[in-house]
Amino acid sequence: MNVMFLMLMAVVLLGLSGVPACLLSARSAVGQRVAAALMLAGSLLGLAGVAAALCAAEAPSLSWAWGFQQSRFAVAADPISALFLLPVFIVPALGSVYGLEYWKQAEHPANGRRLGLAYGMLAGAMALVVIARDGVLFLIAWEVMALAAYFAATAEDDKPEVRRAGWIYLIATHVGTLCLLALFARWRHATGAFALEAGQALPAEAATALFLLALIGFGFKAGLMPLHVWLPGAHANAPSHVSAVMSGVMLKMGIYGIVRMTALLPSGAAWWGPALLTAGAVSSVAGIAFAIGQRDLKRILAYSSIENIGIIAMGLGLALLGRSLGHADWVLLGLGGALLHVWNHSLFKSLLFFNAGAVIHAAHTREIDQMGGLAKQLPRVMALFAVGAVAICALPPLNGFAGEWLLYLGLFRTMGLGAETGAPAAALAAVALAMTGALAVACFVKVLGTVFLGAPRRAEAPHAHEPGPAMLAPMLVLACGCVGLGLFPLLATPLLEAAVRTWSARPGPMSVAAVVPLQTLTAAGLALAGLVAVLALVLKLTRRAGRVRAGLTWDCGYARPTGRMQYTGSSLGDSLVNLTSFLLWPKKCRTALRGYFPRPSAFKSLVPDTVLDRLVTPLFRATGRHLPRLRVLQQGQTHVYVLYILIVMIVLLIWGNVGS
Amino acid sequence: MTNLLNTLLVIVLMLNLFALGTSRIVSVIRTVAAQGALLSLLPLVLHDHLTLAAALTVVPAFALKGVIIPGMMIHALRDVKIKREVEPLIGLQPSVILGALATVFALLFADQLPLIEAHSDALLVPASIATVLTGFILLITRFKALTQVVGYLVLENGIFIFGMLLVEAMPLVVEMGVLLDLFVGIFVICIIVNQINQAFASMDTRRLVSLKE
Repeated sequence: MNVMFLMLMAVVLLGLSGVPACLLSARSAVGQRVAAALMLAGSLLGLAGVAAALCAAEAPSLSWAWGFQQSRFAVAADPISALFLLPVFIVPALGSVYGLEYWKQAEHPANGRRLGLAYGMLAGAMALVVIARDGVLFLIAWEVMALAAYFAATAEDDKPEVRRAGWIYLIATHVGTLCLLALFARWRHATGAFALEAGQALPAEAATALFLLALIGFGFKAGLMPLHVWLPGAHANAPSHVSAVMSGVMLKMGIYGIVRMTALLPSGAAWWGPALLTAGAVSSVAGIAFAIGQRDLKRILAYSSIENIGIIAMGLGLALLGRSLGHADWVLLGLGGALLHVWNHSLFKSLLFFNAGAVIHAAHTREIDQMGGLAKQLPRVMALFAVGAVAICALPPLNGFAGEWLLYLGLFRTMGLGAETGAPAAALAAVALAMTGALAVACFVKVLGTVFLGAPRRAEAPHAHEPGPAMLAPMLVLACGCVGLGLFPLLATPLLEAAVRTWSARPGPMSVAAVVPLQTLTAAGLALAGLVAVLALVLKLTRRAGRVRAGLTWDCGYARPTGRMQYTGSSLGDSLVNLTSFLLWPKKCRTALRGYFPRPSAFKSLVPDTVLDRLVTPLFRATGRHLPRLRVLQQGQTHVYVLYILIVMIVLLIWGNVGS
Repeated sequence: MTNLLNTLLVIVLMLNLFALGTSRIVSVIRTVAAQGALLSLLPLVLHDHLTLAAALTVVPAFALKGVIIPGMMIHALRDVKIKREVEPLIGLQPSVILGALATVFALLFADQLPLIEAHSDALLVPASIATVLTGFILLITRFKALTQVVGYLVLENGIFIFGMLLVEAMPLVVEMGVLLDLFVGIFVICIIVNQINQAFASMDTRRLVSLKE
């Protein structure tokens, strides 16, 4: 009881953290500091609540009647909620500290207070989403979260591209909410109440309908392909700490929804797992392929989020498959891996977005092809970015590897089973996961190389400066999380096991350590880290011994090479873009060179979003062209309107008569 | 009693056709006033025994439908100084024929309805549907604001007839509420008619199109 009060207080503190700043001047630094302090206080309260909930013998819960029919204000914190609450209480608070320097209110008087208000509201609503145990309460929290994210992401609404991205987000999120409305209405119809409690007897077709509605409705929020249309634009155009929260935490709310609904539903048809596996495989491969084709640093990170959501979805698919076929180890490895990856992604993606913000602050552009050579000016940012990049590429010894390792092991266990079990989908998913990992390495090599290495591609770059402690400290915390979780994944397993037990409603003992030798991972990781440290030391010593000489490398005969002659990110990714052109459909425009003395020519390449720019936008445009014809019906003559009523009435009369 | 009831309803149906067939607005209003007055008497002949609820409905209904509302409309008509519906959408004869067709349709249609025994030989349902349809025809084909109000009244009369089926089931308050609504509605419209006349120098509701959007 007291634990839930603690969490509700945390929700209120987070949600209203931006209010005091609204009472102060638009340029006030105090208001922003108060907001950050409230966010930190709320988060600490919330973390204390999570800790208390985990120590309690049974999940704490709270339920009040609140005047809606068949609905109660019901909240609870079982291990699944606790698991998702951790990122909710960690990342937004770090982001608000980061924002103290990144988005100073004194520099953004037009939108600073509004951003602070929406940001806090977003964090509070996400916490409420995770603990809500009632359909109506869940939808309210969900909608507050969606709208707060809209206002946070469109902070710079004087820019047309920000407004466009905001509109697309708003439309997409409401289509998703529409599915969720249908989902909870169907749930109430099937169970008789809005309460989200497991163990309901559901007919098979109702369960299937609920599963599909949940998959689509939550898929919009999570950004599963092809429902991801809002994601790249919104993430790219939001302030970086908002992007970090949206990508690191808000997408996970979609995942949480799918996890929660599948936990509530009976084990269901055998095709659920393969369906989710396929969706995850498509999202992960296509997401990272699109990321390679992008030039905007934050769009790259956004597409990579789609990829990671795909990986998580694959884990969930494996768990569903295991549950329907009765393989407890598949459930453990699939769901355990997926949930661990939820944490991992919220750590390293937030870290990367924070880094991206620092880079953009320094370079004054989001185009990676205009950056270059930033390693010299921003060595600390580069080091932290490298940690995030290694983690997101799932390279040992960082945390990305630990999560994906569980998934690999789970997916490999499905091999050798017949086609009728749906296991081949899982085997294919293992291939997709491997391909995703390889492409992710290519993608982040491209980003790291283009942004930080080489020489500056523009003249302005030398003014870049390292960010201050308010921006570096949150990044450092996240980087430590990446390293810690990568080296000591055993720390996470008790909570993962508890969550998996809750999900599969199986009280029996489950141990990740029994299935996966995680101690080996720790030992190997430490050894690897030691090896890298030794190598770095040796390199440093030998380099200090030799003399560093600055000069041209192979300059291809040019007398005066410039920074613009370096390989760009686009050229690095070109071969991979061509390989995956069946997915990406890249656009290339060049004018043909004719004659001995050709005219000046230009070359342009672009990877538009296939679903948004080639399917959804043309569809909307065509609809917009044809629908005005319906305005013929709006005559403005009352007589005609009365005639419409008469026609409808007579048709209804006749229809009713024929029907009876 | 059914005989008396049906006789009244047949008169109501004939008044419908008369309202469709006359061009003088004063006559249309008087016709509808007569129709309303007749209808307000319906509760008295509906049942063999007289209930208090039914008797209580009669007085205000008669006063409103038969006296006050027509009086207000004739007053408004005098203010705006027009006498005839000059150019209805379809001519007077065709609208009478349309009204007759609507009556036939209503009779045939009501035959198909699964009514309870007590209502099957009375003309209540067909008369109600025919009157509603007549109201619609008036609303659609007449352009003067006042004749529109008349159409609205006829429509309400049709609904009133239907309400007779439920006079025992429906609380008196509801019936009174509907009457009050009607009264207030027409009171407002009579004021608006004057305003339309002043603003557009005409009572033709087609002019209102300029308010579109």
